[in-house]
Amino acid sequence: MEEISILIGGKAGDGTRQAGHVIASLLNRIGYRIFFYDDYPSLIRGGHNFSIVRASEKRIGAHKNTVDIIIALDQNTVENHKNRLNADGIILYDSKKVEAQGLGIDFMDIVKEFGGKPIMRNTAAIGALAGILNLEWSVLERDIKGSIGKEVELNLQIARHAYDRIETPLKPLQKLDQKPLPLVTGNEAIALGAVKAGLNMYIAYPMTPASAILHYLAEHENELGVVTVHPESEIGVALMALGSAYAGARTMVGTSGGGFALMTEALSLAGQSEIPMVIAECQRAGPSTGVPTYTMQADLNFVINAGHGEFLRVVLAPGDAEEAFYTAGLALNLAWKYQIPTFVLSDKHVSESIFSFEFDLDRVKPENGLLWDGRGEYKRYLDTESGISPLAFPGNPDAIVKVTSYEHDENGITTEEPGQIARMQKKRLRKRKALADELNKYDTVNIYGNPESKTALLCWGSTKGACIEVAEMLDLKVVKPLMLEPLPVEPLKKALSGVEKIIDVEVNATGQLAKLVAGQGFCIDDMILRLDARPFTVDDLLGNVKEVLS
Amino acid sequence: MTTPKELGTYAQNTWCPGCGNFGILASIKKALADLENDGLDLNKVAIVSGIGCHAKIADYINVNSFYSIHGRVPPPMTGIKLANPDLTVIGHAGDGDAYGEGIEHLIFSAKRNIDMTFIVHNNRIYGLTTGQFTPTSPSGFKGRSTPKGSPEDPLNPVELMISAGATFVARGYTKNMKQLQSLIKAAINHKGFSFIDVLQPCFTFFNTYDYYNERVYELTEQDHDASDRNLAFVKAREWAYGEGERIPIGLFYQVKKPTYGERLLAGRVPVRLTPGDIRPVLEKHI
Ligand SMILES: Cc1ncc(C[n+]2csc(CCOP(=O)(O)OP(=O)(O)O)c2C)c(N)n1
Ligand code: SF4
Repeated sequence: MEEISILIGGKAGDGTRQAGHVIASLLNRIGYRIFFYDDYPSLIRGGHNFSIVRASEKRIGAHKNTVDIIIALDQNTVENHKNRLNADGIILYDSKKVEAQGLGIDFMDIVKEFGGKPIMRNTAAIGALAGILNLEWSVLERDIKGSIGKEVELNLQIARHAYDRIETPLKPLQKLDQKPLPLVTGNEAIALGAVKAGLNMYIAYPMTPASAILHYLAEHENELGVVTVHPESEIGVALMALGSAYAGARTMVGTSGGGFALMTEALSLAGQSEIPMVIAECQRAGPSTGVPTYTMQADLNFVINAGHGEFLRVVLAPGDAEEAFYTAGLALNLAWKYQIPTFVLSDKHVSESIFSFEFDLDRVKPENGLLWDGRGEYKRYLDTESGISPLAFPGNPDAIVKVTSYEHDENGITTEEPGQIARMQKKRLRKRKALADELNKYDTVNIYGNPESKTALLCWGSTKGACIEVAEMLDLKVVKPLMLEPLPVEPLKKALSGVEKIIDVEVNATGQLAKLVAGQGFCIDDMILRLDARPFTVDDLLGNVKEVLS
Repeated sequence: MTTPKELGTYAQNTWCPGCGNFGILASIKKALADLENDGLDLNKVAIVSGIGCHAKIADYINVNSFYSIHGRVPPPMTGIKLANPDLTVIGHAGDGDAYGEGIEHLIFSAKRNIDMTFIVHNNRIYGLTTGQFTPTSPSGFKGRSTPKGSPEDPLNPVELMISAGATFVARGYTKNMKQLQSLIKAAINHKGFSFIDVLQPCFTFFNTYDYYNERVYELTEQDHDASDRNLAFVKAREWAYGEGERIPIGLFYQVKKPTYGERLLAGRVPVRLTPGDIRPVLEKHI
């Protein structure tokens, strides 16, 4: 199978991420499927950033530790990553700044020759890379034109010069007969999935790794028909979102764990007032500020249990861009149909990695909640058989719509009367039945690898890609719940029937999914946990699983 | 046409006899009934309240309402107004609620000049939690959490709101219902963030009727130019919620400025937006 991994590294501010994007795009254009991993500390200048572009003939959802080409714009890239290089790998480096063994080119010299800026060292590096890979000039030309907004001609000259400097393509890469696909991050997919399901408003306060949802929607507001708002705090965000949903706008908020902590009072209010609420929680390593730009799957318990009092919620955890798109749409629809809070629980590794995106978009479309038919007197909390009360919105000439944080009667007027309280608690929780019936129709637990295998990797969210590849190599089964609350117990039982050994794989310290599943009587035989805030690479996980199996 | 009486609900009123909240309830109902006569569609009115004695007003008025949580009156108001700018959004907050738990939201509402009306039932005490000092209690105030006297000086919300950017800033008094009604009507008619701090005695925990009756006087157009921001500050400082012998009530400041909704939405109405086609956007990712 054709595949290649390329690492590009430099200081923050060197533009290695953008260069990585161009490389990903080049390989996409010649038919490869992409996974792009971005590794950067929480700072703006200096430090060490690197990105890994992995391109393969088949769909992939993870990167490897080992790489075929390293592009070093600084010395750290060589020192930190030279051990990753495959036996026949090469280091392409900036010979003025870096000492290494491999192919050194004075990128700055080329840039200067054409009167360019230091950031254009990237362009020179990409030109040289294209030469090494034996790509057609036209492919590179098109990409530079498409991706670089300013000074296109200058960049083209620089790239061409570096491209021509390579006499022998050291790593010629075969062109594949596959169509290029959109390259989409998990966050972009969350945004697009929500829009596809009829999003009207997105409200968020910046917090890595969720900020890009806000940036993306703000940038495309007009094309996507969405209003974006950046308020004073996450407390403001969450309460504003309840206000706008009460008024009838399909609304989503997005944040990471620390911001979600501030939203929990609103979450509980959503539970009591039955206002639809959609939250994209993109996890990063905690506790507290933790490690802002790195990944962790440690908010699962928190998200499932957050908020005082008892109320229904749905938690969906995507493992790649397609699932991010799908779960965002589903979360929006379920929130409105059942008037409950729903979550897309992502993490940095899904949110900020780039995937080749291939999905039947029409699987996601707006589904309305139960709307009031206008007959009789409107009661916001009408006690119905399903527990779902028809929705009307302020401005309706025939309805007065009263929502409240207090326990209430059917009209939304405060009550402390025991019979009423019990009745309303029951009404709200009764929605669980209709919700379960609907959820039964979806694949809430996915199976990959060899479905007959007696050994299963149990995982959720961003470990999907690595688990699938490892399972394929070792002939194992992968069981991955897409929904974590309500826990799909029956589908899990089915997926795990016949399995004799369950190995739980998570990027957290305590095995939160393992505990959740064990609570339902499943026996977890082993846990592979990663607590260094880094995602599993395919090779890491392969080693870990082999160890457990030996 | 709806009468103030018809604006009531079946909810049993549980305010103490003599509570200043009755004056606010009567005034807002009268103001709404009058405004309906002038063409306001009451079905397009939404009120938002916090948590405290004041907040029960959401149960007592028969219009759309969002009975929020403590300190969080402005954010749902903002969400409602942005989602559907056709709605008239009125907030009722306590002083604990507006100046304590959720003051950042209030400041931002003023800063943004969002088109809504914010009425503070300022009894200078936490009523519902039975008598603790609030941000506007006088210094040295002996409440249940400060038996030795409050160690803080009060905040002057009128001054604060003028600095923060509110474009309609007024103070009312529940004993002067006629003025209060007209202030509420003017506030609702004002396009921008309208703020009214209403002196609302708590009969049970902080009876300030005599104190106010001796000191309040009406600001009139003749002796106060409400378009002058400097003069507004001077009048606002005349009584700092503790010190000061005379308490001006009326309109301190009013100015016309573009609203948050006008600037942010530029004509868009989120509840009526149809989502765009994502395909061309996805194409750009290839
Ligand atoms: C988050 C939170 N903290 C505390 C309370 C308890 N609480 C209820 S009302 C109130 C104070 C009410 O004071 P104010 O806002 O001035 O309203 P009033 O009762 O005087 O009208 C407090 C602290 C609460 N409901 N929520
Ligand atoms: S405690 Fe005070 S504010 Fe509350 S109802 Fe009684 S008098 Fe009114």
